[in-house]
Order: sequence, then structure tokens, then C-alpha cells
Amino acid sequence: MRPYLLKGHERPLTQLRFNREGDLLLSCAKDKSPTLWFSEDGKRVGTYVGHNGTVWTADFTLDSTRLITGSADSSARLWDVETGESLFKFQFQEPCRAVDFSLGDDMAAISSDPFMAAPANIHIVRIEADISNQDATPVRTMSSDKSGRVSRVQFTDLNKTLLTSSEDGCLRRWDVEVGKMVEEKQTLKTYNTERPANSAAISPIYDHVLIGGGQEASQVTTTSSRAGGFTSRFFHKIFGEEFGTVRGHFGPINAVAFHPDGRSFTTGGEDGYVRLHHFDADYFSTRFLN
Amino acid sequence: MCPAPPSQAEQFLQCKSLTGKIHSDSYTFSNGMAAVARMRPDGSFEGQPKGFPFEDFEFEDVMLPEDDDMGIPSEDDEVAEEELETETGFGSVIVADNLPGVLPDKYDKLTGLLNRIYGQVGTVREGGINMPVDQETETSKGFAFIEFHTPQEAAAARESTDGYKLDRNHTLAVNLFDEIDKYMRIPDNYESPEQKAYAAQEHLRAWLMDKRGRDQFAIRFGDETEVYWNDAARSQPEEVYKRSFWTESFVQWSGQGSYLATVHRQGVAVWGGNSWQRLTRFSHPGVRLIDFSPCEQYLITYSSMEPSNPREKAKVLLNVFDTKTGKKLRVFDNSVDEFAIGTAAGPGGALRWPVFKWAGGPKDSFFARLGRNAISIYEAPDMGLLEKKSLKLDAVQDFEWSPAEPILCAYQAEQSGGNLPARISLVRIPDRKELRQKNLFSVSDIRMYWHPQGDYLAIKVDRYTKTRKSTFTSFELFSVKERDIPMEVLELASKTEKVVDFAWEPRGSRFAVLYGDGPRPTLAIYDMKSTTSKGVNCTVLQPNKQANCLHWSPQGKFLVLGGLKALNGQLEFFNAEDGEVMNAAEHFMCTDIEWDPTGRYVATSVTVVHQMENGFNVWLFNGQLLYRMPRERFFQFSWRPRPPTLLEPAKEEEVVKNLKKYSQKYEQEDQALLAQTDVDLLAERQRMMDEWKAWVASKQEWVAQNNAGIAAILGDAVQEGEYTVNEVEVEETLGVTEEIIRAT
Repeated sequence: MRPYLLKGHERPLTQLRFNREGDLLLSCAKDKSPTLWFSEDGKRVGTYVGHNGTVWTADFTLDSTRLITGSADSSARLWDVETGESLFKFQFQEPCRAVDFSLGDDMAAISSDPFMAAPANIHIVRIEADISNQDATPVRTMSSDKSGRVSRVQFTDLNKTLLTSSEDGCLRRWDVEVGKMVEEKQTLKTYNTERPANSAAISPIYDHVLIGGGQEASQVTTTSSRAGGFTSRFFHKIFGEEFGTVRGHFGPINAVAFHPDGRSFTTGGEDGYVRLHHFDADYFSTRFLN
Repeated sequence: MCPAPPSQAEQFLQCKSLTGKIHSDSYTFSNGMAAVARMRPDGSFEGQPKGFPFEDFEFEDVMLPEDDDMGIPSEDDEVAEEELETETGFGSVIVADNLPGVLPDKYDKLTGLLNRIYGQVGTVREGGINMPVDQETETSKGFAFIEFHTPQEAAAARESTDGYKLDRNHTLAVNLFDEIDKYMRIPDNYESPEQKAYAAQEHLRAWLMDKRGRDQFAIRFGDETEVYWNDAARSQPEEVYKRSFWTESFVQWSGQGSYLATVHRQGVAVWGGNSWQRLTRFSHPGVRLIDFSPCEQYLITYSSMEPSNPREKAKVLLNVFDTKTGKKLRVFDNSVDEFAIGTAAGPGGALRWPVFKWAGGPKDSFFARLGRNAISIYEAPDMGLLEKKSLKLDAVQDFEWSPAEPILCAYQAEQSGGNLPARISLVRIPDRKELRQKNLFSVSDIRMYWHPQGDYLAIKVDRYTKTRKSTFTSFELFSVKERDIPMEVLELASKTEKVVDFAWEPRGSRFAVLYGDGPRPTLAIYDMKSTTSKGVNCTVLQPNKQANCLHWSPQGKFLVLGGLKALNGQLEFFNAEDGEVMNAAEHFMCTDIEWDPTGRYVATSVTVVHQMENGFNVWLFNGQLLYRMPRERFFQFSWRPRPPTLLEPAKEEEVVKNLKKYSQKYEQEDQALLAQTDVDLLAERQRMMDEWKAWVASKQEWVAQNNAGIAAILGDAVQEGEYTVNEVEVEETLGVTEEIIRAT
């Protein structure tokens, strides 16, 4: 099926996030307004206006009523999904790189970049159901000084621990209650892409891994257009072999995401486009590599 | 006459000469000339602290703590230190043995004789001859110490007088005093060194015995060096050996593939055999480049040293080793200017490698380098200059050996402003007979291309046009194997066009030329042996090729036209016999093309000059892609060369004639192999799947706990996977205004 081409951003995409049910898709880009779309037909619902810099990241609450975004303007904001109203602002000294709601949505993890003399930090804030009680100060701050930027954070183990991935290529596990790193994760599988990989997602229904990337944007003009390899690539999760590619973007792919039901996926590129692909019927009938 | 005992002064002098040093302070004391310090008016001395009781002060009372000299060395210590500085001080003393024992009356006569003998060799110190005398018998002991002014003189004296015949019964045995001790320590009984047990060496050419006749190649990427079989039937490589940090710069196969050389800071190591053990080491600190002789008997290594003084020239060191024993056979150590002559001088004062070129032939017998107005030819195995003189050729710029026999082709540049034309000459070694020569006018540049079997020689001549503003190219073609070496001139259809590449067909009589000014040059293939017409004949002429290099199969007949660099890696697999393109393909960004030694496969690789796409592809000769192997930071791909075939030409022809019969058997083998490969692949996938399932199973408990926890936290609010779609209509009043439409 032809993909929907969602044109709503003027700058490179940074992250794509579906809500739990998968009916809504939020796209974050280097322009200031995260944009909400209907995932079924790619209609734009609206934008969230308030940030004053690149929006790196976002997360929905489980019931899709609230949204948290992290921006390079050194703040993270809580939004009302439906009205687009900015409910609360967490102000930090450094750009925010990754956010994640905890299970039950009573906490959020926000990572900030190393900036000036400050190391990369992971802040845990409490999220109040009643916004008038909301407090801006983090309940815990863990500093990850050796890792470089912390690119993603994720609550695990029933909110007891936090998984972070960082620029040094290391996946770490942190104890939220103690505020210390407890483990550096071992690699289970490696997928060879031959060129930079910027984003990856695991299919919720099959043993498929979707990887997006391509030649670094700064290098694009130095080589032939075909050298870039700006393709979304499907790898078998267990065998590590590539079995399909999807072309379309004309810049490196910065963000990929699977729909929660695994029937569609979306990619966002340095070119400013979001492509919403729905799988054809034969994707579900073919047994790749098996 | 009784010899007077040596005077006090003589003894002193001897003592002085024997220790080689004398403490000068002793003079000042004995002369009573102690340092004078100026006295102050108050009776104290300059530099003395005031208030110190100098009047009633006894120097002897001052005691320094034991083992502490307060950092001031005492005079005795100073003497000891100075003695330590010289080795022993006897460097310029020799011992002359086997002298006749003389009674005191002949003593002076003998010392006088020694003085005369050694006075001719060097300067003997005054009183420097000392002949010990036996106290009881009063005869001299039959040896003498003789001291010279310098150790060099002593060494020279030893050289020239050792074995000197004093008379019929007395032949001198002369040694350096310093070495006596060393000789004394030699045990009296000879002990033969322990004989090393014979260890059978692995077969260095075992890889040729591969049942399926596969070839090997070496690759280098990241910090890894790996050797693989090219398992073309299964379209995959099979690992043979790998090692991290095997080499510090590159690896190189020897000419016939027996050895793999790795290059390190300390020198070169050579590896081989089935277990890839180290066979030999060649010490050459800072080695930069290496070159095996064609029959791999010798190895030449090269290093250059930048001068510390910018006005000096860089020094170049070349070592010639025997590959088998690791013995250093010859050293060439000179300034870079001595080597950078003519075309051997690369850009920026560098040398074009190889500096020494080996003559072809069944044996490694000659190698040569370019000199100033001469070619220096050296002869193996003694590595001396052939007949002790270089081959004189005025203004020689370049030379190339025939790959088949010791014939070299030399190019001499135009001299005296064009009055003396440029000259090409074919010279046979070792008799230095000039087989053929040719004068060429208004030459700007020349390149020589030998046919790989030495049958032909092509000279690409760039000549100036009459205005000398531009050049045009033509070829002089010599048929070396024929009588009198006939020559033909070939001019391209369009004279002004630039020649992009030229290549002889190995084991054939054809050559291919790629020429043209634009980005799409013309391919022309010529045949030296034509059935239809006399002389060289064009068999293929195809314009508009996306290519800039030619690579013939080592077996001839097929060639690959490569469009590298700006052409992004276009490949055309060409059949020269039929003059048609078998397949056109592309290896994007490809930087190198290399045929395997059997001419069955082609490897194309992308090395680190590009950031991405690094790795290599292996193709069948007809352009069918067999497999790809992407590798990050890919440096080098190198097929393992093979020694020349042992089959006679007649036998080979027979194989070609009955190819169908032979190939049947091999095709069956390949089929079976492919089936096995599929089975193997499936088994490997099954193994990975099982491994994964086991891992998932090991996490089952955690998952159950986690799910229970999630349910506990979220409560009944959210049931997994269940939700309903509600259509909600939202009505929003944007604003209400009342307007009077019409007043009545």
C-alpha cells in the first residue's frame, strides 16, 4: 500500500510515538511544535505550541490524556492531549533528551544532556493527578557522567529500575529507589547495517526488527545520492539477516516506530517527512526466512 | 751492561700511560701551588661565614658522619670515578707475544727493534714499550706491552703485525690488551654446540592440494587479518585462519603464494603452512615497504629515515634477505638522492616502489636499480654488482625487465636540446648484448608494458606536436620472441585522444586500449597475430564505455572494464574473443578490482578511502555476483598467488578440448555441495532459534512476575488488549453574538 506522507514539519524529525491504542501518532521534530496525527488515515489533529527549541522526545500516558515532551529549550512540559493546553513546565539547566512515563503514570523520567560542566543527568519527577499540586523539583537525580548523552530512558521491573541507552553504545540499568547504576547490559544480538543506524523498533507481533538510518546528514552532499542508503530495513530478530528494505526518504531516517498492533509502521527522516506505511496483506502471509 | 732500573719519572710515566689518566690535582699539591684565596682585613677569608672560630680550629677535628659526604665528593672518590669513566684505559695497548727471551744485555736491543717495527705502524708512546723480566733468571719473559697514542693505531698495529716473522723461530702473536681477558676465558676443551633436533617443516604449498581446487585470499579490516577459501560453489567464503593485530601496516603474499608477510615496527615476519606458524623473521626497524623476488627466494625491505637537520637529505636503507633462512645478504644504505633517479623519483621526493626490479625467468638471478646515467645490475645469490660495473646508459630514465627472461628494456631521455634523440634499447643480461634499439624524436614521455609471458613489448610514446604545445600518443610494438625482434607502430584512430589505460592479454596475443578525452572512452582490442592481414589488427572497437581501467583475466580471453572513482564502480565483464559484453554490473563506490590467479573469479572491494559501503564482492568471470562481504574499515583484499602450472601446454589443450567430459563430474560435486549448504544453513538457523527459545524460556518467570505486577499497579482500569471505540461528538460553541438584522 502506498504510504501516507505526513507533511507537518519543517525540520528533521526526532522521535515518533504511538499512544497505547495506536490511534494517535505524535511526531517530534527540530521545529518547536510536536504534531499529533490520526494513525489510520494520517490526518493532522493539531500541534502543541509552547516549546522554544527542538523537541527531542515525547511520551503518552496510558490513557492518552496527557503528554510529556522534552525539548532543547531545557524544559519538559506536560500537555493536555485533547486541548493542546500546556499544563506544566519542568525547567532544567540543560537540554532534555528523553522522557518516559512510569507504569501507572505517577512518575516520569527525564534525561538531560551534558552541557557546560554538567554531566548527563537522569531526573525522576513525580506526576500528580491534580495538576495544581504538581511540583517542579525532581525527587531524584542520577548523573551518568561517563556515558555521554542519554538518548532513551525506560521504566522497567515495575518502576523499580530504569533502562537507559546512551551515546557510548552502552545500555545501563539504574535502581530508581537507590539512584545508582546497577548493571551494564550485555549484547544479545547484533544486526549489521554497514552504515549508521539511528533508530530501531521491534515488531510487536513477529520476530522482525525495523532499523532506520543512513549516511550522516553532514556527509550527504559529499557523495553520490545513492550512497546514502536512506532505507528502512527489516531484519529477522533471531537470525540477524536482512530480508526487506523500504525506500522513500531522501535523507537519513531519524525515527522509526511500529504501530502497537504491528500492522503498520512509521518512519521520520532528516528530510522533515513522516511516512506512515500500512503493511500489505502478503506481509502477514509470507514467512520470511522460516 | 746492566739495565738501569727505571727512573722515578719513567715509572711515573708508565703508571700514567697504563692507567691512561692522571689526576691533575696531584701536580698542584706537589708544586705547593695551592689555590690562593684573598684574605679579608679581619683575618677571615672571602666566602667564609663570619663569626666562625678560625683561630683555634683544627681541621682534623672536623668529622663527617659516616657514609654521608654531604653531597661533596672527597678527592679519593673523584679519582675512583674518573677511573670508572674509561673502560679499562688499556685501549691503546697491544701485547706482542712469542718474542725471544733475552738476557739484560740484549734487552735494549730488542726494545729498540720493537720500537722500529711499531714506529712504522703508528706512534709508540715514549717509554711505551715494556717487557717484563723474570726476577730469578733475569731473562725477559718473551712478551711485551706496547702502547700507542690512540686505540685506532693499536688496532692497526695488531692487524699488520700479527703473524710478523721476527726470525725463523719467532713469529709474533699480537693481541689487544683488552681482549686478552676475553681469550683467557675460552674453555680449554671444545664442547660442540647442542645439535637441534630436526623438526619437519609444514608443506608450504599445502593449500594447492585442496580437493576442490579452491583459492585463498587474505583480507584486512579494522584490527583483524583473515584468510579465507573462496568457496564459490557455495557462494560463500570459508574461514582458514584469522588473527587480530597480526600486522602493523599491511600483509603481502610472496610471488608464488608460499608465504604471507606481515609488517611490524621491528621488521618483517613471514608465515605459512597449514597452521600459519611463523617461519622466519627479518629484522629491519622502521620497515615501510617490502618486495619479494618473483620466485620468492629473496625479500627486499625498505625504510627511510627523515634527517634531523632539514638541510640534509633523507637516508634510505634497503636490506636484501634470503626468505628461507632469514639471513641478511646485502645492505644498501644511502641518501635518497642516490635512488630517486628518473622515474624512480616519485612525487615529493619519495621513491617509487620497488626500487629494485627483479628480472624474470625460472630463477631469481638478477635485480637492478636505476643509477645516474647507468643501471646497476646485481647478481643473486652473492648480491654483488654484476661484473663489478654498472650498465652505462646516458640519461637513462626508466627500465623494465621482461617477466620471462633476463632482458631489460631501458629508456634514455632526449639530450642536448633534442639533438640526441630519445632511445629505447633491449639489453640481454648477463652478456649485456643489445638485442634491439630504436631512436625516437620529440618524446615527452614513455611507458613500457611487457606482455606477462614476455612475448611482446609495447612502448607508449607521448610525442610533442610541432608547436610543442600539446602531445599525442602512439605505440611501438615489439615482438620479442621473433627473430630480429620486428617492430610495428600503432597509431590510434584519433591521434590527439588521451590513452586512459593499456593492458596486454595474458597468455594471448591481444591487447586492449582504453582511450578518449571525455568521460566515456573507447575500448579497442588489437591482435598481434592476425590471420586475415599482416601485422597488428583491430578486432574490437566499442565507443562509449563507462570505464577507466582494464583488468584482463590471468588466463586471457575475458576482461573487466572498471569505472572506478568518479564513475562510482561500474563494472563491465567483457569477452574479448566475441567482442561482447557478458554482463554489466555495479559495485557501488568500488576502489579495487583483482582477478583470482586462476582467472575464474573477480573480487571488487571498497576500502577505507570511502566511509561507507566498505567490504568486498566476489563475482564469477562472467559477471554473476557470487557473494558480498561487508566489513567496517576495510583495508585490503589480496588473492593468494599460485606458482606456475606444471601441466604441459599439450596436456592443457587436451583438458580444454574435453572440457565437457571433465566438467560433468565437477558439476555433480557442486550440486551435492549446494544441497549440503542448504541443510547446513537450515541447521544453523534452527540452532539460533533454539538458543533464542531457551533464552525466552529462561525469562518466563520474570515475565509472569512482571505481568502480575503490572496488573497490580494498574488495577482493573485497563484490561490488556481490550478497548472499545466510542464515537463522541463534541460540540463547541466558539462564540455568541447578537445582531439586529433589520429594525422595523
